[in-house]
Amino acid sequence: MTQYALRRLLWLPVTLLAVSFLTFTIARFGPGDPVRVAAGQHADPKVLEQIRADRGLDLPLPQQYVRWLSKAIQGDFGESYQQRGFTVSELIFPRMWVSAQLGLIVIVLQFVLGVPLGLVAARYAGSWIDPVIISTLLFVQSIPILVVIPPILWLFALEWGVLPTGGWDGLIDILWIQGVIAIPIPDPHLWIPVSVMTLPGLAGVARLVRVSALDVQVEDYVRTARAKGLAESAVQFRHVFPNSLLPIVTVIGMSLVGVLEGAFFVETMLGIPGIGRFAFESVGSRDYDSIMALTVVLAGAFVVFNLLAELLYARIDPRIRLGAGTRR
Amino acid sequence: MTTQTTRAAELPDLPVAFSSTEERGWFAVFWDRFRKKRLGLIGLGVVLVIYAAGLFAPFIAPYSYRDQDLDRSVEGPSADHWLGTDRIGRDIFTRILYSSRTNLVITAAVVLSGSILIGNTLGLLTGYVGGRLDGAIMRVGDVFASLPGLLMLIVVNASLSPRVIEGVRAFEANVVDLGMVSSGFASYITVFAALSLFSWVGTARLIRAQVLQLRERDYIMAAQAIGAPTGRIMFQHLLPNVAHLIILQVSTGLGAIAGSEIFLSWFGVGVQPPAPSFGQLIQDGGGARTLRESPHLLLAPGAVVTSLMFGFALLGDAVTDAFRGR
Repeated sequence: MTQYALRRLLWLPVTLLAVSFLTFTIARFGPGDPVRVAAGQHADPKVLEQIRADRGLDLPLPQQYVRWLSKAIQGDFGESYQQRGFTVSELIFPRMWVSAQLGLIVIVLQFVLGVPLGLVAARYAGSWIDPVIISTLLFVQSIPILVVIPPILWLFALEWGVLPTGGWDGLIDILWIQGVIAIPIPDPHLWIPVSVMTLPGLAGVARLVRVSALDVQVEDYVRTARAKGLAESAVQFRHVFPNSLLPIVTVIGMSLVGVLEGAFFVETMLGIPGIGRFAFESVGSRDYDSIMALTVVLAGAFVVFNLLAELLYARIDPRIRLGAGTRR
Repeated sequence: MTTQTTRAAELPDLPVAFSSTEERGWFAVFWDRFRKKRLGLIGLGVVLVIYAAGLFAPFIAPYSYRDQDLDRSVEGPSADHWLGTDRIGRDIFTRILYSSRTNLVITAAVVLSGSILIGNTLGLLTGYVGGRLDGAIMRVGDVFASLPGLLMLIVVNASLSPRVIEGVRAFEANVVDLGMVSSGFASYITVFAALSLFSWVGTARLIRAQVLQLRERDYIMAAQAIGAPTGRIMFQHLLPNVAHLIILQVSTGLGAIAGSEIFLSWFGVGVQPPAPSFGQLIQDGGGARTLRESPHLLLAPGAVVTSLMFGFALLGDAVTDAFRGR
């Protein structure tokens, strides 16, 4: 297993190199010019030339790529065009932290709510409860975030004024009762983003758990447990549930991708200073260095998380042999 | 946004699931199981209705999707504008029909090229031929799979779409005017190309995993023994035996592809006006004031997109169940 993990990790730099080259080529091929966007329409052409020379944008493209690469290897992703005086790293990592907090809450909630729903659906397979749960969740998943956020914002923030329209203010808020008793409550900015990101993901988790539980229900050891006279509740809680949860590990990587893609839109629409909003802004202003750093960092994170999920799965389920499919 | 739900380790084992004693093809067995699934049929029905409306939009639509009537902008539903009008007085019902047409064209093209043509061919090739070619193509696939999909789709479209439109415009100015730029159709090309570029990996991996098992079978050895060329083995002997996987992969991936077109157009880098797209309609209707004064601008396209996505989800579920013998 260690050997398999090492082999995969050795490929990581090669993958990232290819990712960066691809992004570089595609981004530079496009029209527009980050210097012009940043400096505004009426900037002095001489100033523009000066900035371009400083940033190496007047060099031939291959030379620019090598220049970027040699710096990136040392952890220097350059300086933002849009927000002058900030390095890309200074901009990206605090935003990643915001997105990570939000994403973590969402993923935990998805599993906490989705797993019981899936188990209940499997338990009542064949009755009306199962299809009702699953199709309701599928329906919720089908409502695009783009469609659902405007009415929610309008109702809760503008009409009723009970929730803020957007923004980010950490996770915990302190509620003071008569200035003496402090009660920690979730920050009100969280309600809208967390709910619109959590609910669509429930279907995926619940369906997976349901299918897995259905497979486990017919296993020999479950029949044995019933045959030796174990109460049905004990059969379910002791034998069916724990074994149904195995495949969840495999979808953690996928739900991470799902949460991140949801975050692109949620953060943009709700003004949350996370990585998704930053990505949109960077593409909009042709901020080359930020786009490059974003794709490389995110691609690296995907590869590592997927590898971790695979290793975890192999660890808890000894029937899986990693790398077995690749060589024959 | 490729959903890769089926891992190699848990492939639906076709030979077992379909080892019926009946002398029937796998499709007949599959169809028998599928048509008993009420939710799946409803899903298929919803998708067919929405896409048929799109396909026949020029015959159904009461107006042209470009007709403006500035005297009657932002109206609610009425007898001659069933779903009202938008800010520049275009008929929303017509815009929705044509948006569905846009979505149908792009989804169908991406499925045909990305999943079926590229994904399937590369899957057969890497699985059967193996060796260095296999390694090379699969590594390229790894790179594509590790890219942050949505961000890359946006970058690709934002960068390449203006270039492609420029190219088509030059072609139309110098060679023959196909009306592709003026109708907004030129912007379909990049959306289609970008989505295809990111949608082949899942199919290729799935097909490859199956072919790796199939190539050890007797009938393949027999074909090799009589000297059948590689292409013939791939397409005559292997393809029919992985066709069910293509149906499975396509039916579970349709929603994601259709959704990507909508997301991209919402962000403004997808289908360009005047060609209509659900993404643009949702973007236009999403403002706070618009929502208060004329909620139909958001709710009408929103309801159609939700139904379409729901239809795809039900369909995909039923197809997966039918293949696994449930």
